[in-house]
Amino acid sequence: MLTIKDLTVSIHGKTILKGLNLDVKEGEVHAIMGPNGSGKSTLASVIAGRDLFDVDKGEITYMGRNIFDMPAETRAREGLFLGFQYPVEIPGVSIANFMRTAINEKRKHLGLDPLTGAEFLRVMEEKKKMVDIQSKLASRSVNEGFSGGEKKKNEIFQMAMLEPRLAILDETDSGLDIDALKVVANGVNKLRRKDNATIVITHYQRLLDYIIPDFVHVLYDGSIIKSGGKELAVELEEKGYDWVKKEAGAGNAA
Amino acid sequence: METTHTTLMKEKLLELYHKEQEAIRGNATPMVNRIRQHAFSRFRDNGFPSIKQESWRFTDLTPLLNTEFVFDFSNQSRSMDVDKIFTCDVYDLDTFSITLLNGWFVYKHAPLTRLSNGTIIGSLAKAMEVYPDLVDQYIGKAVKTEQYRMAALNTAFLQDGLFIYVPEGVNVDKPVQLINIVNAENPVFLQPRHLIIADKGAKLTLVHCDHSLTHKVSFTNTLMEVYAEENATVDHYKIQNKGRNSALVTNSFFHQKKGSRLQSNIITLNGGFTKNIVDVSIDGTNCNSEHYGLYLVDSNQHVDNQLNINHLKAKSHSNQLYKGILDDEATAVFSGKVLVSRHAQQTEAHQNNNNILLTDDAKANTQPHLEIYADDVKCSHGATVGQLDPEAMFYMRSRGLCERTARQMMMIAFASEVVQKISIEALQKRIHSMVEKRLRGELTICEQCVLHCNSKEPTTFNIDLSKL
Repeated sequence: MLTIKDLTVSIHGKTILKGLNLDVKEGEVHAIMGPNGSGKSTLASVIAGRDLFDVDKGEITYMGRNIFDMPAETRAREGLFLGFQYPVEIPGVSIANFMRTAINEKRKHLGLDPLTGAEFLRVMEEKKKMVDIQSKLASRSVNEGFSGGEKKKNEIFQMAMLEPRLAILDETDSGLDIDALKVVANGVNKLRRKDNATIVITHYQRLLDYIIPDFVHVLYDGSIIKSGGKELAVELEEKGYDWVKKEAGAGNAA
Repeated sequence: METTHTTLMKEKLLELYHKEQEAIRGNATPMVNRIRQHAFSRFRDNGFPSIKQESWRFTDLTPLLNTEFVFDFSNQSRSMDVDKIFTCDVYDLDTFSITLLNGWFVYKHAPLTRLSNGTIIGSLAKAMEVYPDLVDQYIGKAVKTEQYRMAALNTAFLQDGLFIYVPEGVNVDKPVQLINIVNAENPVFLQPRHLIIADKGAKLTLVHCDHSLTHKVSFTNTLMEVYAEENATVDHYKIQNKGRNSALVTNSFFHQKKGSRLQSNIITLNGGFTKNIVDVSIDGTNCNSEHYGLYLVDSNQHVDNQLNINHLKAKSHSNQLYKGILDDEATAVFSGKVLVSRHAQQTEAHQNNNNILLTDDAKANTQPHLEIYADDVKCSHGATVGQLDPEAMFYMRSRGLCERTARQMMMIAFASEVVQKISIEALQKRIHSMVEKRLRGELTICEQCVLHCNSKEPTTFNIDLSKL
């Protein structure tokens, strides 16, 4: 579904990602962990199509296509979803209107008829229940005046509405209390299917108690220095990142 | 030093004033003619506004006066069948509709109508004949001809326009809609004059549409005076959708008595050159004065909103919110001034002006201004000039919206804060859809009044969304 080869990315001449490789297949959940500043959010942004960055080398293939041939909105319509670390406030644009436009642009792209108002409302009700969202939320402006937890829940709600093939959740757990964390994780788990995939970017192991990953990768200084199963997350929680860094350093030296 | 165009134009007007004295004075009351003479002296002494005046610093009338204008001091329109040139299709907005053609009242039924509840609606010229005492009691009282030069000019030549009197305690349940049409072969210079009186506890909603059905050059200098007596409620909506070659100066004077409520909305969708002057005297306690404005301009359009809110008595509340979107080389000016006199303790006054510029060439000048002489007040002001938020743009694109759609949604959202203030639901919906069409580049200037008139040669103005 997603193949990243030797990806090297810089911003204002500073290299952030240094020859990163990753392979994500349908039905898989990948967790990307790593200390601050290792390039986790940059990776998410580049995949989603943020044009602040220069891609110096390497390639990303999404659903068999070169991802860089598609602008951000095409990637989204092709089923890519980025859950933002810092969801943006859009005053005056209601969530319902926003989602209806997004869904219908996607449907148009896929050659489907737009959802009627009634159909849309039905889908929205269903998804609101799925992610345990209060009914009033949909009529509010996107993220405006939302608490941190509400913003993150709203990201998961949008994900539920858009039913992505590949969802990338960038630090969706940061700033959440345990109850909100459970709601978010629950939403993600309910949306899990055999034909979609999820990349969870996180700092802490605790989210991975609720979203069980198939693979855990450690991103450090712009590349993935260690990959393993879900037990790697536990190990990282217990021992920190230093041992992985040392191991990687030793590997490089050898 | 005045420029030549301005001087020539002024001389022409001074000459016309004397030459056409008989026609201009017409059947006006002696009181009106005294006010007229006084205003004429002001105009003779001060002339046209100049960019040397602070309130006209960014708005230069001079180039607009370089035209051989035609003046019409007698009503050619009274027998005109206005329906032939303009049919109003107001399906869900039920209004009492009045038409002015080239500044003159069009006698559709009668020049003056007295409704069963006592409300008088009709031609100001006729009202001066039929209700001279009522006219004399109010006319010119709120109009500051010494301070406002265009108001002096209008007053010197005042002849006709809309007259409304709502008696004590009467609620005019249908909005009164004034459709101001300019349709002439020659470049016309028009000065309609409106007098609106809401007596104690009365309620009135006035929808005021300025249109041009022609692409010929025209200059309109209109003046409206509104008196809200104790506990009266007046809602005023001004919709401006004028051609590229039209110049429009509107002078609105509001006088508020104790406990009165006023809401003024000025929506400028198009207009070659527009200057809106709003002056409010809050001359009573516990008044509420709300002022909203929206301007959507492109090409080389220019819009200037000047507001002076004068808090003269204690415990009143005023609010100003003006928002604008500017494309191409369009320019906008906002100068909002709140004056709180030393008697106006416990005043609460707020003002805000927000602009979005879509190009590097568009320009917004904004000057919020507070002048406070009382010590127990709550006032705020703010202004922003900016572009659409790139973070929000990426966020929306990452959900599958193309740039164009995302930009439209954000602009419509920006504008809707003002549109939402329109309390007549049908009108709000209509304006909202007009704003949407305008922002999509689908609105012709001659969409009929509230609004879809059919122009023979519709002109579209596009706010180009692909920029930025």
